[in-house]
Amino acid sequence: MLRFLVRRVIGALVILLIISAITFWLFYAVPRDPAMMSCGKNCTPENLAQIRKNLGIDHSIPVQYWYWLKGVFAGRDYAGYGYCDAPCFGYSFANNVPVFDTIMDRLPTTLSLAFGAAVVFLVLGVGAGMLAALKQGRFLDKFASSASLLGSSLQIYFVGYIAMYYFVAQLGWLDQPSWTPFSDDPVAWFSGLLLPWLVLAIIFTANYTRMTRSQLVEQLSEDYVRTARAKGLSRANVFFRFAWRGAMGPIVTVFGIDLGTLIGGAIITEQTFSLPGIGRLAVKSVDQSDLPMLLGVTLLAAGAIVFFNIIVDAVYALIDPRIRLA
Amino acid sequence: MTSTDQQPFLSVRDLKVHFSTEDGIVKAVDGLSFDLLKGKTLGIVGESGSGKSVTNLAILGLHDRDRTAIEGEILLDDKELLTASEKQLERLRGNKMSMIFQDALASLSPYHTIGKQISETYRKHTGASKSQSRARAIEMLRRVGIPQPEVRVDDYPHQFSGGMRQRAMIAMALVCDPELLIADEPTTALDVTVQAQIMDLLKDLQQEFGTSIVFITHDLGVIADIADDVLVMYGGRCVERGTKREVLRSPQHPYTLGLLSSMPNLEHPVDVPLNPIPGSPPSLLNPPTGCRFHPRCTFAEKVEGGLCSKEQPPLEVTNGRGSACHLTADQRAEFFTDLAGSAAN
Repeated sequence: MLRFLVRRVIGALVILLIISAITFWLFYAVPRDPAMMSCGKNCTPENLAQIRKNLGIDHSIPVQYWYWLKGVFAGRDYAGYGYCDAPCFGYSFANNVPVFDTIMDRLPTTLSLAFGAAVVFLVLGVGAGMLAALKQGRFLDKFASSASLLGSSLQIYFVGYIAMYYFVAQLGWLDQPSWTPFSDDPVAWFSGLLLPWLVLAIIFTANYTRMTRSQLVEQLSEDYVRTARAKGLSRANVFFRFAWRGAMGPIVTVFGIDLGTLIGGAIITEQTFSLPGIGRLAVKSVDQSDLPMLLGVTLLAAGAIVFFNIIVDAVYALIDPRIRLA
Repeated sequence: MTSTDQQPFLSVRDLKVHFSTEDGIVKAVDGLSFDLLKGKTLGIVGESGSGKSVTNLAILGLHDRDRTAIEGEILLDDKELLTASEKQLERLRGNKMSMIFQDALASLSPYHTIGKQISETYRKHTGASKSQSRARAIEMLRRVGIPQPEVRVDDYPHQFSGGMRQRAMIAMALVCDPELLIADEPTTALDVTVQAQIMDLLKDLQQEFGTSIVFITHDLGVIADIADDVLVMYGGRCVERGTKREVLRSPQHPYTLGLLSSMPNLEHPVDVPLNPIPGSPPSLLNPPTGCRFHPRCTFAEKVEGGLCSKEQPPLEVTNGRGSACHLTADQRAEFFTDLAGSAAN
């Protein structure tokens, strides 16, 4: 297990390194000069050179990348901002705030959104899938299957606005989505995120219902499930300890990917509900040609996916003893 | 079956198992009766889809109840199983009656250790403690010949070899000393030496515990090895039954004869080709009219008036011996030459 983790973490670092290099290179492929943008109307070559120096972009691209990378691990001295402690992801070109601080500021919103929605869609999706598998071919199964087909064809920006119109504006059942830190006011935190959670859950639940159902139906027809019944174990015991155990693997895999994606930026969701999370930060930093911010957000998104991949592989090995981690 | 003075331990009467599918009703078992005495072995022979396995799942009550219509009677030690509640059946399964399946790798849970799978059956039925049932699992593994059982008890099925998995499966089935053991092709997936070991093991255990065994197979060699009585199934019905000697030495049904003559014989020269039964097993959705075997039967045209395709021959049984065929005893004596007999050795 330890060997597996060490190997995977090193692998993850390599992946992140490659992603950061690609992002760096791609950024300069876009014909926009961040120094020119903040230089303003009365821009002289001297001003421009000074801004470049302050932003730390007065070197060739590989050298810039090297300085950036060094900053992450060892800190960095900026001409314009002074010393920046490791892990230093630089200062935003747009508002001169440290990237790391901004991301740490935005992360709780995205984490709250992702984990809250995950709880709702996991419980609903897996629950409905289990019921459907138990009642194969009956009304409940057909209902769950059609509902999940409908759910998975919906889009957040569509359901989101409709839900806001009816449940907030018309009926007044839910609060307008907003962000309040949990430590400030847990109730406001909850009521502000409830609608986004539910809307995200509508879309994700469908997938989990279908997956849970099909996995369970497959597992329930396995020989070892029949053997367990032939030993005199009860239906419920066999369902949860045998069939569900076998069905869990693929569900955990998809859950890990979904969670990673959500944390990397639920861009459309955050945009729809005006929540100040990582996703909106990403969009803004692209808009403003804000390289340090863009790099920070990209690495966070990639890191989240890589992290949950490692978790998924470890959990998989716990579920299925045939899988050996090495 | 041969002696009538003893009460049968398992008695199946006119069993019908019909599945409803999208295409219609599949008559997987269509009127099957047999008795099994205590400590005896009944071999059920037939091709794939002849209803062998369905019959045995029905005995354990493991058929899909939503899609299956069952008629008839199944008496285990005078207790009616078809009307028994799920709870009652759960108490019997793994305890008084248990089953060994064909593919031990697929039939053992990949997620639990061998020891856990054996001991949980024991715990469920005896209420023994964790350590008691673990000790029992180790004892059972030793009993079926697993080396170092106190170490292997914590292994998972994928860490066992094919033969060892089947032994573990037998240990699991026998952990509560069942009185009825249903073995559904337990040796089919194994190579011949392992197969012989497993057969010996089953015979030893039967001697020791007096278990009644229903042994399902398509292998007449295995039947010759283990069975007391034999029941030949075709298309969901019994076409012939009798003692092992009767059925293998002097078959009465052309299908049994076909099975026997399709077996390779070591005494024949190597260049004698195998003699398979032509055609394929009947569709149970639209079974042939009359005798279900008649489209494949080489003797069908010898019966007068095309009776074989019109009328289902009744199974006439006297003293446990009988067959369902329109051929008369004289015709049989004439047509069934020295084709059979060798397998009974």
